[in-house]
Parts: sequence; C-alpha cells; structure tokens
Amino acid sequence: MSRLPSGGLIDRTQSLAFSFDGRSYAGHSGDTLASALLANGVRLVGRSFKYHRPRGIVTAGAHEPNALVEMRTGARREPNTRATTQELYASLEAASQNRWPSPAFDLMSANRGAGRFLGAGFYYKPSMGPAGGWERLYEPLIRHAAGLGRASALHDPDAYETAFAHCDVLVIGAGPAGLMAARAAGRAGARVILADGDLRLGGSLLSRRAVIGDAPAGAFAAGILAELAAMPDVRLMPRTTIFGAYDGGTYGALERVADHLPAPLPFTPRQRAWTINARRTVLATGALDRPIVFPGNDRPGVMSAVALTAYAVRYGVAAGATAAVFSAHDDAVAAALEAAEAGVRIAAIVDVRAAVHPVLAGRAKAAGIRLIQGEVIGTRGKTLSAITVRTPSGIETLAVDTLGVSGGLTPDLGLACHLGGRPVYDAARATFLPGPLPPGMNAAGAVVGRFGLAESLADGQAAGLAAAADAGFSAPPPALPRIDEAGFAAPSRSAPHSAESATAFWHVAAKGTAFVDQQNDVTAKDIAIAHAEGFRAVELMKRYTTLGMATDQGKTSSLAGLAMMAELTGLSLPETGTTTFRPPAVPVAIGALAGHHRGADFRPVRPTPTHGWAKAQGAVFVETGLWLRAQYFPRPGESGWRQSVDREVNATRAGVGLVDASTFGKIDLQGPDVGTLLDRVYINTFSTLPVGKARYGVMLREDGFVLDDGTTGRLADARYIMTTTTANAAKVYQHLAFCLDVLWPELDVTLASVTEQWAQISISGPHARAVLAQVVDGQDVSDAALPFMGAIEATVLGGIGARIFRLSFAGELGYEIAVPADAGTVLVEALMAAGRDFGITPYGTEALGVMRIEKGHVSGNELNGQTTAADLGLGRMASKRKDHIGRVMSERPALADPDRPMLVGVKPVDPAAVLRAGAHFLKIGAPAATAHDEGYLTSACHSPTLGHAIGLGFLKHGAKRHGERVRAFDPVRGADIEVEVCAPAFIDPQGERQRG
Amino acid sequence: MLIPCPYCGVRDAREFTYLGDATVRRPDPAAPDAAEAFHAYVNLRDNPAGPHSEHWYHGAGCRRWLVVTRDTRTHAVLGAAFAGEAGA
Amino acid sequence: MSARFSLLGLVADALRGPSALKPHWRDAAPKPAYDVVVVGGGGHGLATAYYLAKEHGIANVAVLEKAHVGSGNAGRNTTIIRSNYLLPGNEPFYEASMKLWEGLEQDLNYNAMVSQRGVLNLFHSDAQRDAYARRGNAMILAGADAELLDRDGVRALAPFLDFDTARFPIKGGLLQRRGGTARHDAVVWGYARGADRRGVDIVQKCEVTGFLREGERVTGVETTRGPIRAQKVALAVAGSTSRLARLLDLRLPIESHCLQAFVSEGLKPLIPGVVTFGMGHFYVSQSDKGGLVFGGDIEGYNSYAQRGNLPVVADVCEGGMALMPMIGRLRMLRAWGGLVDMSMDGSPIIDTGPLPGLYLNAGWNYGGFKATPASGWCFAHTIATDAPHALNAGFRLDRFRTGAVIDEKGVGAQPNLH
Repeated sequence: MSRLPSGGLIDRTQSLAFSFDGRSYAGHSGDTLASALLANGVRLVGRSFKYHRPRGIVTAGAHEPNALVEMRTGARREPNTRATTQELYASLEAASQNRWPSPAFDLMSANRGAGRFLGAGFYYKPSMGPAGGWERLYEPLIRHAAGLGRASALHDPDAYETAFAHCDVLVIGAGPAGLMAARAAGRAGARVILADGDLRLGGSLLSRRAVIGDAPAGAFAAGILAELAAMPDVRLMPRTTIFGAYDGGTYGALERVADHLPAPLPFTPRQRAWTINARRTVLATGALDRPIVFPGNDRPGVMSAVALTAYAVRYGVAAGATAAVFSAHDDAVAAALEAAEAGVRIAAIVDVRAAVHPVLAGRAKAAGIRLIQGEVIGTRGKTLSAITVRTPSGIETLAVDTLGVSGGLTPDLGLACHLGGRPVYDAARATFLPGPLPPGMNAAGAVVGRFGLAESLADGQAAGLAAAADAGFSAPPPALPRIDEAGFAAPSRSAPHSAESATAFWHVAAKGTAFVDQQNDVTAKDIAIAHAEGFRAVELMKRYTTLGMATDQGKTSSLAGLAMMAELTGLSLPETGTTTFRPPAVPVAIGALAGHHRGADFRPVRPTPTHGWAKAQGAVFVETGLWLRAQYFPRPGESGWRQSVDREVNATRAGVGLVDASTFGKIDLQGPDVGTLLDRVYINTFSTLPVGKARYGVMLREDGFVLDDGTTGRLADARYIMTTTTANAAKVYQHLAFCLDVLWPELDVTLASVTEQWAQISISGPHARAVLAQVVDGQDVSDAALPFMGAIEATVLGGIGARIFRLSFAGELGYEIAVPADAGTVLVEALMAAGRDFGITPYGTEALGVMRIEKGHVSGNELNGQTTAADLGLGRMASKRKDHIGRVMSERPALADPDRPMLVGVKPVDPAAVLRAGAHFLKIGAPAATAHDEGYLTSACHSPTLGHAIGLGFLKHGAKRHGERVRAFDPVRGADIEVEVCAPAFIDPQGERQRG
Repeated sequence: MLIPCPYCGVRDAREFTYLGDATVRRPDPAAPDAAEAFHAYVNLRDNPAGPHSEHWYHGAGCRRWLVVTRDTRTHAVLGAAFAGEAGA
Repeated sequence: MSARFSLLGLVADALRGPSALKPHWRDAAPKPAYDVVVVGGGGHGLATAYYLAKEHGIANVAVLEKAHVGSGNAGRNTTIIRSNYLLPGNEPFYEASMKLWEGLEQDLNYNAMVSQRGVLNLFHSDAQRDAYARRGNAMILAGADAELLDRDGVRALAPFLDFDTARFPIKGGLLQRRGGTARHDAVVWGYARGADRRGVDIVQKCEVTGFLREGERVTGVETTRGPIRAQKVALAVAGSTSRLARLLDLRLPIESHCLQAFVSEGLKPLIPGVVTFGMGHFYVSQSDKGGLVFGGDIEGYNSYAQRGNLPVVADVCEGGMALMPMIGRLRMLRAWGGLVDMSMDGSPIIDTGPLPGLYLNAGWNYGGFKATPASGWCFAHTIATDAPHALNAGFRLDRFRTGAVIDEKGVGAQPNLH
C-alpha cells in the first residue's frame, strides 16, 4: 500500500495535495483519486447500500461498484463519483458516502446484524400488522436509509454544452484494437473519430507490460497516437465516453472537459454531450475481468486482479504490502506476474484449475511466487489481513493484505446491444459475446473475445480497414506489428490467449456470506431465495434481488448471478439468458444532456417587433408560448395591475388604444385555387369574398372539433392573407401544407408563413379612424372607402408598404395595420404621436382579454380542442353548400348532441363577487358531484365598462338558460357563488361600435 | 434517426414533425357511407410491426410533407418521397 | 399455495433459510379449457384475473403471458399513482383506482410500497392556473383531493426549484396529496400471488399466436403451448394490442409508440413527491432505493422497437434542468423504452367485443400503471356481466364512431400528441 519506487505514467515531480474525509494526502499528476488513495494506504472508502458494510476499491475503471465518493463541496458537490476514474488535481476534496459518522465506524451497520432478515424479498413481505404500517413505519425508514451519495440540493453552478460531430468511422475505445482500427481507417483516408473515456489513450497497453515489436506497449501506443494526431481528418477525443448507440448510426458521447480541474475555466463548460453521426463504427471497448463469488469477498483489500496490475504498472502503486491472486484463467496469472515485475510483492497465486500454462508456472516459480491449486473460501480482518484457501490437501491460511481476483474476462459489450442485439454465450471462452451488431458497426478485439494482444491488434486493424472500405475508403493492409508470443517466457512478454486457458468458474461453494453484487449487497443466498420463491427468470431475479441495478449496471455482478441461477434451475447459461443492455453504458450527468437549455435559456424568446418600445414604456411582459408580449403598461401611482388594466380598457373604449398584435399567425396564400382551398379548410365560404374584404373564419380538424379561428382577407383575386391564433400559427400552416401536399395536390396554391415578417399594430376606439388618417399616405380611410371588414394595401408614413384591416378584437371601431417588421417601432411611435391629442393609450394582453370577454369573442380558453363550432355558438356559420374538413365527423351523434355544454356569458348575482376561470357550473341545490357537473367557466375578468365581474363558459343547454342562476363552484380557491347566465356578449351585442 | 429528405438531403429527424399512417385516404364526403368511411380514415389504423408508410413534415427544412417508409421494429428508414409524388 | 405473509413468518423464514421458501405463485401449465382466458400477464391482466376470482367467483381463469409476469409496461413505468384527471369520463374511474390503491396492500397481503407523498403539477401562467383550477375542481367533484398552491406554497414544498431565473416562471401548482408512487413490480407480484391463491392459473412463456373461432365468436386461443378454449377471451396486452387484433382482422383506434423513462444513480432523499413541469416534458419522483425516476414525452413516431432516441433524452433533461437545476451533476443511470398503446383520444378502452366472446382492455397510452387496480376491477366486471360498469362506461370502443371521445388534451385523433 504504497508508491512503488519507480514506474507508472505519473509525474513524480508534481505533488498534488488533496483531501479525503477531511484528511490531507498527496498524490501525483496522472493519478486517479483511487490510485492516490491506495498510494496513501487508504483502503476503506465507503459503505455498501443495504448493510452498510465497509468497502474498498475494487477496480481501476468506470465499472467500479464500491469506491463511489462525494466530490467537491457546496453547490459543486457531486455524489457517486467513481474514485477510479476521477483524475487527481491539486486541492481535490472528496468524501466517502453512505456512512455515518465515518466509513470506519458506521452506526447504520446495525443493518448488518439484521441482514438475515433483510434478504431478497424482505421489502414485499412484512404485511404489516396494523393497517398502514408500511406508510407510517417501514416506508420512511427504508426511504431514509436508501440512496448512496448526497446531492447538493443547490443549483448546479457549471455550464454544459451539446455538440454534433460527423465522421466516416467512429472508433470506440483506444486500446490495442481501437488504436489499430483508427490508424488503418485514418491511413485509408476516412474521417475518423477515436473516442475513449480515459484521459490517456491506450487502454490496456498502458496498464500491462507487453512488448510490441521492440517497444514497450505504452511506447507503441504513443507512436500510433502521434501518427493519428498528425492526420488532418482524424479527431482524437480523450476523456470522451460513448454512452449510447442510437438509430441511424447516431452515438451519444460525453466529454469531460473540466472534471480534472477544481472548476471549469472561464467560458468553458464542465462537460459536453456529443451527438456523433457515424457512417461506420468500430466497437473496441475491450473486456473487464470478472469477480469470483466467495465468502468474505467484499472485504476491503479484495480487488480485481487486473486492477491490481493496473495500479502497479500505470500508477506505480502497490495496492498492498503483500498480495495474493485468485484466478481461473491464464491472463490473470500473467497479470499477477506483471504486477510482481512492477514491484508488487505477490505471495501466491491461487488458481482453481488443475494446471496453469507451464510457461507461466515457470515464471511464477522463477519469481518466487507460490502457485496453489485451490479456492479462496474466506477472508479475515477489518481490512483484509488473511485469506483462507482450500486446496486438495487441506485448508491453509495466507497472511496477505490484498487479494486480486479474476474469474475470467467479460467483454464490455453494452453498446453492441443498445439496438436490441442480444449477447450470445461462447462456451469455449466461458463468456457472453456480442450477438448481431447494430447496422454499420464492426467489433474488434477483446470485446469479441479476442483477448490475446496479437489477435486483438490484428483484429482491430482488419476492422478499421473494413469500416473504412464500407465508407468508401480503400487501402492495402499495413504490416502488423511483431509480437513475440513464442518468447513470452521471458519477462515482459504477454501470454497468448487461448480458449482453453479459461474455465467457467463463478463461485466458490463454501459457508459464509458471499457477495454477488457488492454495491447493492446481493448475496449468493439472495439468489437462492429468488430461486426458491419463483423469481427465476433473469428479469424477475434482477428485480426481486436488485442484482445488477447498481451504478455499474451489473458489469461486475450480473454474469455470476445468472450463472448461479442457472446452476439452481439446471438450465444452461444460454437458456438462462441475460438482462437487457440499455443506454447509457456509463452514467451521464443530466446537466450535460440538457446542455445550455436551462434558466432563461431553456427556450428561445420571441420578442415582438415593438418589444423595445414597449419596454421603454415600462411594460410588464408575459410569456405567451415562446413570445414575450406586453401584459400591461403600469403608470406611476397605480396600485396594481387591475388599476392599470382598467385604465387601459376605459381609455380604449372612450378614446383610442393601441396593442401589438404581431404574434397572430400570418400566412400568405397565392394562386388561382386559394379560394377553393379556403372553402375546404374553413367551415364558411371564402371563394366568394370580394377583393378588399376580410372575413372571420372557423376551421375544424377532420374529427369535427374546432382547430382554429381567425380573419382572412383577400388582397387580390389570387392572393389571401390568413390570420391564425398566436398559439396555432405553426399548426395551421402545417395543416394547410398537408392539404396541398397530401389531400389535394392538384390545387395551385403557394403558401408562405409571414408571421415574423410583419409587425401588426391594432388601434381601437372611437378615435381610431382619426389616428389612422394621420399615418396613411393619403389613403381614404372613411367608412365608405374602408368599411367594416375591409382589407386593403396602402402605404404609411411616407412610403412604407402596409396592409390595413378594419376589424377589432376589442369590439370597437378598429384597424389592424401591418408593416414590415423592422418598421414596427416606427409605426407604433407614429401612431402614438398621431393619437396624442386623443389620449391614445397602449394596452397589453390583459386589457385585450378583458375587452374580448366583454365583447364575447372566443379565444384560446374556449378553443381548447374539445369544443365544436356549435359549442362556441358559431355553428350557423357553416356553409351547407360545400364540404369542408371536419364536416362529416362534426355530424357524429356526440358532437351534435343538444346536451353538450355551449357558450354562455355569466355575471355574479352579487356584483361585488369575483369570478375565476376554472369554476364548474352546478344547478343550485344539486350535490357537488361529477354527475351534476353542467359545465365550466373558461374566461373571467372584472369589466371596468360594466363595473362588475363577467365571464364566459360552457353550460349544458346554455342557449336556453339565459336569465337562470347557477352555482359557480370553485373549491380549490374556496369559492362557491351564484351567477346569472346571459348571452355571451356584454357590450354592444349588435356590433354598432365596430361598424361606426 | 436520420431521414433522407428528397429536397434537403439526409437530415436529423428532429427537423421533422410526425403525423402517422400515410396509407389512409380521405374518403369521398358525398358517398353514402361517408360517416363510416371517415371514422375509419380518422380513427382506425393497421399499426403494423414492420415497414410502415407514414407522413413526416419537414418543418425545419423545405416545409414539404413526405411519405417515409420506416420499419417500426428497428426504426430503419427505408425511403422517403414527397407526399404528392409517392402515389399518395 | 404459499402461506400468508406476516412479520412472524418473515422471521421464521429467515431462520429456516431459502429451502423453506415457496414460490409466490405457481408456474402453471395450461389446461385445455377455461371459463375465461386473460391474455397478458401484466398488472392489468393479473388484476383482472384477481378480481374475476374475488369479486365474481370466476376462478377457472388462465392468465397467459408470452414471457414472464410483468415483463411489459408493468415493469417499465415511472410508478406514479394519481387521480388528477379533468374529464368526467376519466376522473371517477381514476379516483376509484386511487381508493383501491389505498387498500391494496391489506387486500393482497403484499407490500406494494404504496407511498402517498403527493403529486404536484406546476403551472407557469394565469391560463395554466385556470386550467388546473378547472381540473382540481373536477377532481373534488369526483371525490378526490386537490389543492391549488400559489408560488409560496410550491416553494415550501420544493424549495430547490428554479424560482428566480426560469424562462417560464413558476406561478403555483395543483397538488394531489394522496397521489404518489407504488413499487411497480410488487404490484404485479402481489396480484399474481393473489390470483394464484384464488385458483387462477398463471401460465408464463405462453404466447398467443391465433384465435379459435366459431363463426364470429371467439372461442379460445392458439398458443405456443397449444390451443386453449375459453368461453371468454379477454385481451390486456397494451402495447401489443394491434398485433393481436390483426390476427382477428380488426383495425383499432390505436398506434404503438415508444415512451422512454429514466432513473438516476441512488441518492439520499432529495425530492419529496412527484413533481411535473408545466412548460416542458419532465416529471420526477424518487424511488425507495434513492434513484430519481423521471420521464417526459413519447418519441412521437410509431414504434415497436422498445427503445428511444437522443432528442427525447435531451428534451427531458432540458425540462429537468429548467425546473430544478440542482440535478445537473446527478447522473442518468439507465434509460428504457416501453411500448405503449396510444389511442386516438388519449384515453383507454375497456369494453365487451368487438367480437362475441372477446373483451378488450387497451389503449392505456402512457398512463396505465396508476389505473391497474381499477382497470382490473372494471374489466373483471365487464367480462363477468357482459356490460361495462358505470366507472368504465365512457371507455367503450364505439365512442370513436359516435364522437363521445375523452380527449383530455384536446388534440384530436393524433396519438403522438396525447
């Protein structure tokens, strides 16, 4: 448990101070937090999920189940970070988790004593004595004890980015196979991306002591990387993990831009989530060594054999003072020998097989390492102090503080399965290999079971060439590097890997608690319980025991669990199958996936053309979809929004007011068949509309319900301008395009969305005409020349092209004046100047809403997609002489039902009472129950014109009930009042004002 | 998922809006069985597990409606054509 | 048949060891004929069988499941229970379901971890507030609970939300305190065990490949384990309804779509109940194990692939970050894709027919889990009496023909928008 005197890819000249659980330590640049902790002799790093057992570092990779720590502090505190992938930096702060008060002394480890009662299925059974015992007693207890790390509960202060990349060949994993694949594809001329989660590219070449050609593996990797870096079309992406395979050759990747720093540098993100579109992919993710399940296998000091070697070779760290290795295949034996060469004291290699490779056996003997045929059946110590070994000749105890374990190699094949491919069992290699690969993917090296270095290099090169060729880039195969496998008896030579060198060995049959899933505390006994209780299918076993549901998603646990269940059921491993591999292959920060879409930047803002002007007037703005609209314009001395809105309404009705109506959708329709199209999409007729006039129209969905409404004007024989509601602008355009592209391609109509191209200012009130007259360039705007519902083209303010529609949502004499969007502010300022003598008043959406309710105009609250034209009182607009979209289905019995609630007006019986939309209508005296629900209030406001509250709503048989009183029942706001039903038009029902 | 728009080229599916089954045809509204025919047109679907002919609208591109053939089991896009030219 | 679970039994089992344990339900072999065959061993199918036996005395029932129980959407959802619907065709049904949830564990003698920690739907505008008021009032009319919270009320419950920099400010929320979560797998297992104890055969690895017919009438099913006759054949295979309907030449108002859901790494308690965003597709709760369970919109295109794509992953995470920027450093651990029946009005179908001898439970959209108890209860009633109960009277198939649709969102016959 110390730093070896030499070796490792660390910068021994740089000492980095860091703290863990408040104690100070030092490591080197190039360390991970895990290697630095081991170098400092810290072996106990956390507690397990359920029993709070002490746990140590197990792996040297992203699949670490135990060494999960809380990184950083304050708002940057980040739970569940793997110490094994966290790069060390100066002043790093980390803490162990799931322990109280410390990992060495954890009060919650009382759970451990109760462990025999807390096995699989415990949660489901204690049904429960007193009724509600679960909710009151167990549930809060379990909930309190659950979870691993603590989130900060503060807003994440760091920024994230999303980015896109495209390539011919994406190589996933920069180990031996990946490097060779990238080089081959790059030399062939393909655009290549080589991505690997590690800071250093090289994979196992960095953590083993192979010699390739005449160079150590690390130097060989460096040579390839230098060549790749010099290729202009090759992009190296270190610290970038491909986390998911998606449809169409799309891959998700996470780049850790700043996790190796105390905080991101200015103007850089902490992490970047990539979407990579690749024509071809080479999967070269390698293999992980898998644990063996044996009693006491979770004691700190027990770790992966490959990790033991990796810490020695790559980090120059001896994970313990004296180690043993427990193996079931030759590569683990070789790894143990390499660790010994690197300076780790290996006392013994305990191998379950009758014989290891004779060359390896000879090397072990030469190195003074005992080779024992046997099984580890127990461990001792708070952290490991001894192992008990069962050999053919008896039981033996070895005093070691570290045990490297490897039962075999498991391909890291999740990405191969994200699109539904199932792994297939390879009996010769005693492991699952990728099945059918996603379209466009090749796989090479250890991930397809080619565990030997020479075969992995060759396989990678072949896969890279094939991928490049498939993408259209051919090249002759370069010569392969020479690997002297025959000479591996000499030190520093890798063993060839053969199928026969492995045996399927999953667990040791011996008494004592043996863990299958260390993080979730799933034991061998839990597998037996699941079997006994009928949870034998792999998915059921997983769900019942939680095996494989930990943060490593079963990478270190699933296969052994499946094998143990297979033994119990008597089924083969292929018959038992695996659980489903799903993205992400490694956990990904939610912030990275969201990128910059948070806070004010969650969605874009659409300002109206007069936004700046309205802001200068002191407007309060309101979100309307993505738009920001002026809600009202407070003036000094006004006590609240109501007072401002009342003033705006009164000023408009008495004089003249002005509102920006640019958000309404505007669609320019041109062509000889526009009239025919409009007749088919509106319930009423537009083909007969004279040039220079506009008409209100209602359009339905094909299912007979109202889609949208608006006013459409005819500017020329073959040119109409349609207005849609703000909310439905895009939807209506899409609908019209559907009609033209799909339903009636024979119609000659061209569409253009011009919502953003035009600013549209509405002026309303008795003086509107006088104001308008001052901005037009001599155009006659008299009632005769521009009557109600007139629609003309004109110029304003000395030559600005404009369209003028005489209509008003407020129910007054009104005009909507449209000018090119960049002239919107000029126009509104000119109108304000022109109206100064009339006291022209800008108003916002609130006053607009009040005036349209007073007038009885329906809006989004009524056009809610659940209402028919008849419900809205607009049924009679429908032309009987033509078909239109929705006509046939609007005649269905339930839509034509006279019992449907229909539009009414309401006013409170008590004139001082307040009305709120969302209240339901009940007959007076009827019980408050769904069966008596007669409708609801859709819109409500205080009417300054009338001096009391008014509302619109839908009421059963509403048209026949004017004058009747009903209850407006609003219990969520504590209101229950009587209202009188009336016609849905509170002012000027004959429309005299707007025609004035 | 990538969709080969016949006008814009291969584009990310994010640029498109999905509508659904492109095999149904708007019935003759004047036919005597129009009510039943419209019910089938609007509501009833084969919903196949396999190749599916479907309408996508390229709202962030050429603003044309396409008929895309896509396998609903694998999401493999088998082809795309303008709606008007797909024999629709 | 397994013994009743009790605390005492648990202790005894622990002392005896695994060999003393019994399967929670029998792995039954199919008999040649039953009174009722329920196709689909998910929550709805198992609950149907359970209530057929319990409420109607019909125990000669088989539940046929092509894989193992709970292998479809019952095991792949976000475990939320609530009765916060708007329309009178829906709300009484879902409130009945909520009341069944509240007594479920005692009824089943199985701990389904029903946890009523509240469901909070946030609103961000006056119009949304009024729409939620209408909904809350409808809930109260149906006997459910609902509270309309203002911004301060929301802040008291969830101080970690973004109240200060949000693009769409939080103005309040509709809270159903009785809403919450239940452990989805345990619900399946509890119903399976309950049905088994009442004599129902649960037949796993038995895929229906065809139907037995006598003229129009459906008289049984062909399966991978041989033909099985039945007086009544009941389909409860949401997600795959069209595939089975096709074997009967039926076209239904259903499309199959993919809904993704997500879980984070385990965390100490952080989020009090269920929270939903009103201006984006994101909802979240925290499981008993400590993972944040969250989801959003469906993928939007017909799919049987049971997997989604990155755009929705990003959309959901964007919603999450917009609502609660504290989750930026927390990691998504796992995503999964469920295969859901999206109906033309976004509401389900529980009905007799459309052929004699056939019964249909389908179209659960993305919300079938919460309905499990009432769906089973109502479907059992419909099968046993050949008529829908008042609670599912609105869920008939002919509503699409008549126009009596139950369209909560008001988007019409476009399944991907519901």
